[in-house]
Amino acid sequence: MAGMKMSAMRTAEAVAAIPMHHGLVLAAVLFALGLIGILVRRNLIFILMSIEIMLNAAGLAFVVAGARWEQADGQVMLIFILAVAAVEVSVGLALLLLLHRRFQTLDADAVSKMRG
Amino acid sequence: MILSTLIFILVAGGMLSWVVERWRPGSAKWVALTTVGIELLLTIWLWLQSASAMALPAHGGWLAELRAEWIPRFGVSFHLAMDGISLILVVLTAFLGVVSVACSWTEIQERAGFFYLNLLWTLAGAVGVFLALDLFLFFFFWELMLVPMYFMIAIWGHEKRQYASIKFFIFTEGSGLFMLVAILALVFVHYRSTGVLTFDYFELLNTAMSPSTELWIMLGFFIAFAVKTPIVPFHTWLPDAHTEAPTAGSVILAGVLLKTGAYGLLRFVVPLFPQAAGYFAPVAMALGAIGILYGAFLAFAQTDFKRLVAYTSVSHLGFAVVGIFAWNPWSLGGAVMQMIAHGVSTGALFVIAGILQERTHTRDMHRFGGVWGIMPRLAAMGLFFAIAALGLPGMGNFVGEFLVLMGLSRVNSVLASVAAVAFVTSVVYALALVQKIFHGENTQGWQLHDLSGREMATLYSMAAITLWLGLYPQPVLDAAPSIANRPPAIAVAHREGNAE
Amino acid sequence: MLSLLWLIPTLPLAGFLVLALSGKYLGRRSIAVIGTSSVALSALIAILIGIDFIAAPPPGFVFRQEAWTWIAVAGFSPGIGFYLDALSLVMILVVTVISFLIHLYSTEFMSGDDGYARFFAYMNLFVGSMCILVLADNLLFLYLGWEGVGLCSYLLIGFWYRDSGNGRAARKAFIVTRVGDTAMALGVFLLFTHLGTLDIQSLMQRVTQQWPEGSELAILAAGLLLGGAVGKSAQLPLQIWLPDAMAGPTPVSALMHAATMVTAGVYLIARTHVLFSLAPPVQLAVAVIGALTLLLAGFSALAQKDIKRVLAYSTISQIGYMFLALGVGAWSAAIFHLMTHAFFKALLFLSAGVVIMTLHEEHDIFRMGGLRKKLPVAFWTFLIGSASLAALPLVTAGFYSKDLILWQTWSSQGGNPWLWAAGCGGAILTGLYIFRVVFLVFFGEARAAAPPDTRRPGLRITIPLIVLAAFSIVGGWIETPPFLGHLTLFSDFVQHALPPAQVVHDGKNDETVLELLAIAASLGSIALAYLLFLRYPAFLHGLMLIPELARIRKFWHFGWGFDRFYEFLFVRPYIWLAYADRNDVVDNIYKMAISFTLRWLQKVDRHDVIDYIYSGLAELCLFLYRALSATQSGQVRRYAAAIAAGSISIIFIGIFA
Repeated sequence: MAGMKMSAMRTAEAVAAIPMHHGLVLAAVLFALGLIGILVRRNLIFILMSIEIMLNAAGLAFVVAGARWEQADGQVMLIFILAVAAVEVSVGLALLLLLHRRFQTLDADAVSKMRG
Repeated sequence: MILSTLIFILVAGGMLSWVVERWRPGSAKWVALTTVGIELLLTIWLWLQSASAMALPAHGGWLAELRAEWIPRFGVSFHLAMDGISLILVVLTAFLGVVSVACSWTEIQERAGFFYLNLLWTLAGAVGVFLALDLFLFFFFWELMLVPMYFMIAIWGHEKRQYASIKFFIFTEGSGLFMLVAILALVFVHYRSTGVLTFDYFELLNTAMSPSTELWIMLGFFIAFAVKTPIVPFHTWLPDAHTEAPTAGSVILAGVLLKTGAYGLLRFVVPLFPQAAGYFAPVAMALGAIGILYGAFLAFAQTDFKRLVAYTSVSHLGFAVVGIFAWNPWSLGGAVMQMIAHGVSTGALFVIAGILQERTHTRDMHRFGGVWGIMPRLAAMGLFFAIAALGLPGMGNFVGEFLVLMGLSRVNSVLASVAAVAFVTSVVYALALVQKIFHGENTQGWQLHDLSGREMATLYSMAAITLWLGLYPQPVLDAAPSIANRPPAIAVAHREGNAE
Repeated sequence: MLSLLWLIPTLPLAGFLVLALSGKYLGRRSIAVIGTSSVALSALIAILIGIDFIAAPPPGFVFRQEAWTWIAVAGFSPGIGFYLDALSLVMILVVTVISFLIHLYSTEFMSGDDGYARFFAYMNLFVGSMCILVLADNLLFLYLGWEGVGLCSYLLIGFWYRDSGNGRAARKAFIVTRVGDTAMALGVFLLFTHLGTLDIQSLMQRVTQQWPEGSELAILAAGLLLGGAVGKSAQLPLQIWLPDAMAGPTPVSALMHAATMVTAGVYLIARTHVLFSLAPPVQLAVAVIGALTLLLAGFSALAQKDIKRVLAYSTISQIGYMFLALGVGAWSAAIFHLMTHAFFKALLFLSAGVVIMTLHEEHDIFRMGGLRKKLPVAFWTFLIGSASLAALPLVTAGFYSKDLILWQTWSSQGGNPWLWAAGCGGAILTGLYIFRVVFLVFFGEARAAAPPDTRRPGLRITIPLIVLAAFSIVGGWIETPPFLGHLTLFSDFVQHALPPAQVVHDGKNDETVLELLAIAASLGSIALAYLLFLRYPAFLHGLMLIPELARIRKFWHFGWGFDRFYEFLFVRPYIWLAYADRNDVVDNIYKMAISFTLRWLQKVDRHDVIDYIYSGLAELCLFLYRALSATQSGQVRRYAAAIAAGSISIIFIGIFA
């Protein structure tokens, strides 16, 4: 029991030891990668994956900030984001399937029926 | 409570028939029939309850009233009340509601649920108009009537339905705008002089205002009601709307909606603006007399059955207008009588036109002739109602026309003589109608089956009512004097006019 | 017995209802039974009431009965009420008895017709309306009967509805009489406005109390009522409908001319005689209208070919006599003539009907002839009727009544020699035209195109003929001139309701001389007819070769051109205008106004500076629309890029600004 408490303490200390801006830079890099992925990829599956990356980047930023201020809110938000991501993926994949069935392609540029 | 029930039943019945038609096609008409049937029974029960009270000579009060807060900040309340005139007009509305459901029984096949929704909501609006004593509420119901009626013409109408429905809408909506402006003006004038912001009829009754203001505001109301009644020269929407509407629409238009115009003149224009109505009465009576003659004159030349009947409405309602502005017990009794009798007899003529059109798909009178030989029952009914329309004694219209002219001759005997020419012109068109459709040779070789039981029940009941109104009109006439006794100012104005 | 009064109009109306509602399901026999028995019963009741009335007169010789108050508005309260006095009793007897005989005749005469039930329904309604008219105790209820007979005349004249000509005649009858009715309605308004009641008896009382003789209101009111009477009784200038009314079946003509309809005007004037005697100019007008009408119609009757048209003009002429009598204040003489005329005119029509039926719907008297042997009953009855119409002295009813009128036209206060001369001239014309028909139809050789029907009329036709023939003879013996016993049963009885004529020239010698002159006129005219139409027809043919005379004959034949005159003055302009305005000029004004405004706007805008502003605005809107729609490429990645770029720029602004 005591050991477990000790190890938790140690992990918190270890994380606290990492400077906050490291975590934030990592989140920013991940976010930028996701954004670039969305912008350059034409395959809708890759776009969805990039969105996941962006979501996780945002989640990471929350966790880092939560650790910094020693508040649980950041972790709550991460869980919330995970849930949203799961929902988003399921809807997105369903749409993807329908699109594929209808247009026989997953090229995002090919599907531009909604242009004004 | 009973008053709001009268309106609510129709609104709810309309919703129900719309919904029910989706579950089980063909059931909407039953729901609609039940609804209007209940409405009719309720109103007749009300009438029987109050008949003894109305027959009292001193009776001048209200039979039922309901007042609830609605928008207190602007002085708007949900205020309904019923006196004798409202009562008989509501009875008429309910009766014609039954008739119009009966005559759409087989005619309306397409989107029946939505049709009955519109029909019942139009009726609900009309009942509301007859009962509302808050000007804001009145205007609300006034508009409520129009939209469903517009849909009825536009969706289920005949060949030129687009044109007719848009014309109907523009005329009535445009004139409604005048009324709205006039209502607001009246309320503000009242607010300025008393500091109370209210739309209530009784509060506004004795608003002090300068004669010119009174005249302008009155004209705003007058135009709205004149379009609806209709008074020449605002009548031109009517022939198109009547002609193109489905049978039930024509029946409701002629029987109920036109009456709201005359009712407005009776309830609002004269009592709210007695002095202005006094100055204006000669013009209004002259317009009414012109309408009487002009409608009869034009009816004669029509070749479309429904159009002919539509013009006769212009003529008949002219009597009501004249009677209202002559404003003495005889002419008012006649005007109310004319409204009721016209509702029944003209409604019946539209039902007959609808029956013929359903069987032959035409309304062109050149293509008829000799219908007596193939549909003797229908022809006999057609003859009966044509005769009622020409004002034969013993039928309802005669009592109305006679009393109106008798009252008018007290006020202005020259105008009465001119209007009486309609006795001749109405014979001319009514007999032309009978000749062109029912008499003569069946040149087109029509083979039509005579009236069904449902049609016979409809027409026979209408015929019986017409005869009853003609031979024992007292129950209807008892309702009229209650208003005749109230604002004496216009009568004073007449008397002054005569003295000069 | 008197309390059964309400049944008299109710029974025929009930018959009408039964026939109208269930006529389709009834056999011919039951239709005939219902149609006839309803009228028969009411005739029976009328006779019983008459006996009762004479044997035990009610107080004041008046009996009233009110069923219910019809309309009650602020002091205006006419009821559904009946009023029986000597005048209405005479009328009701005439109406019901003659109607019954005509109904009986019709059961056989119409037996081959499709619309058997419809025919009897209308006939019953006709009789019922007439009974209401006669028995009504107020002017409004009277007006109900008045319009009711107008309607029935329309329905029955147009009974054979397939022929549009019949419809035309029927509409003409209704519309023309309605013109008169409108005048009458105005008169009713006037009376109520000034006297405050419509009950005829109290009206007459108030008239005498409130209006002095010759007052303007009295003249106006009497004049308007006269308008109604003139329309219904087919007098100048509204006489034009009656000759065309022959389009209906023959019993209808008999009913209309004898018992109902045309006598209504005479009755109305007699009923309101108090009012008329307060308006001397109107009374003079009544007399003059009567005199003129009887002459004009007499001449027209002389020029007709259709046997029924001769009789129609003869009716107009005889009603003219009644108007003449009313105009000079000889009220009871007018009603007396109304009664005898009803007998012989019904008789003439019914026997003419037999002739027409036997000759297969032949109406032209020049295609008849020599029927004396073939149709003895028709011949004898027609002859009796003609003799009565021509006032053959001593034996016929027509002689006594017409004689009374002529004498009182001379002697009474309102009378004058000119009117008498007109009446006498009319008597000569009467003898000429009716015996022209007798000689042409029943004497000489047969000129019919087809051989006459071999069927002989049955009992249901001959009995009414014989009864009416008997009435046409004995009906006059209840009132005889001074030199023939001076029996005054009729005028004594009617005196309870109508004042006697005020005689100013009283002298037995005068009277005898005038009677002799009238007798001479009657006999002379018959003799002249014999010479002209039977003995020396070539003479007339010779005369007709003169073009002017032929033209006059044609003019008379078409009723003095009234029809054409009205046609051009009223009918055609009305129809033309109505059709010209069929699409409603008011509507066209709106349409024109709208289209004109639109066109005007277009025209002005083309050269208007303001228009450039508007169109510039429109161009701008169009540009913006295109620009914005270009951004909607439909490509998700571009949207994402735009979002990213937007976010980045917002962050930059947030950081550096």
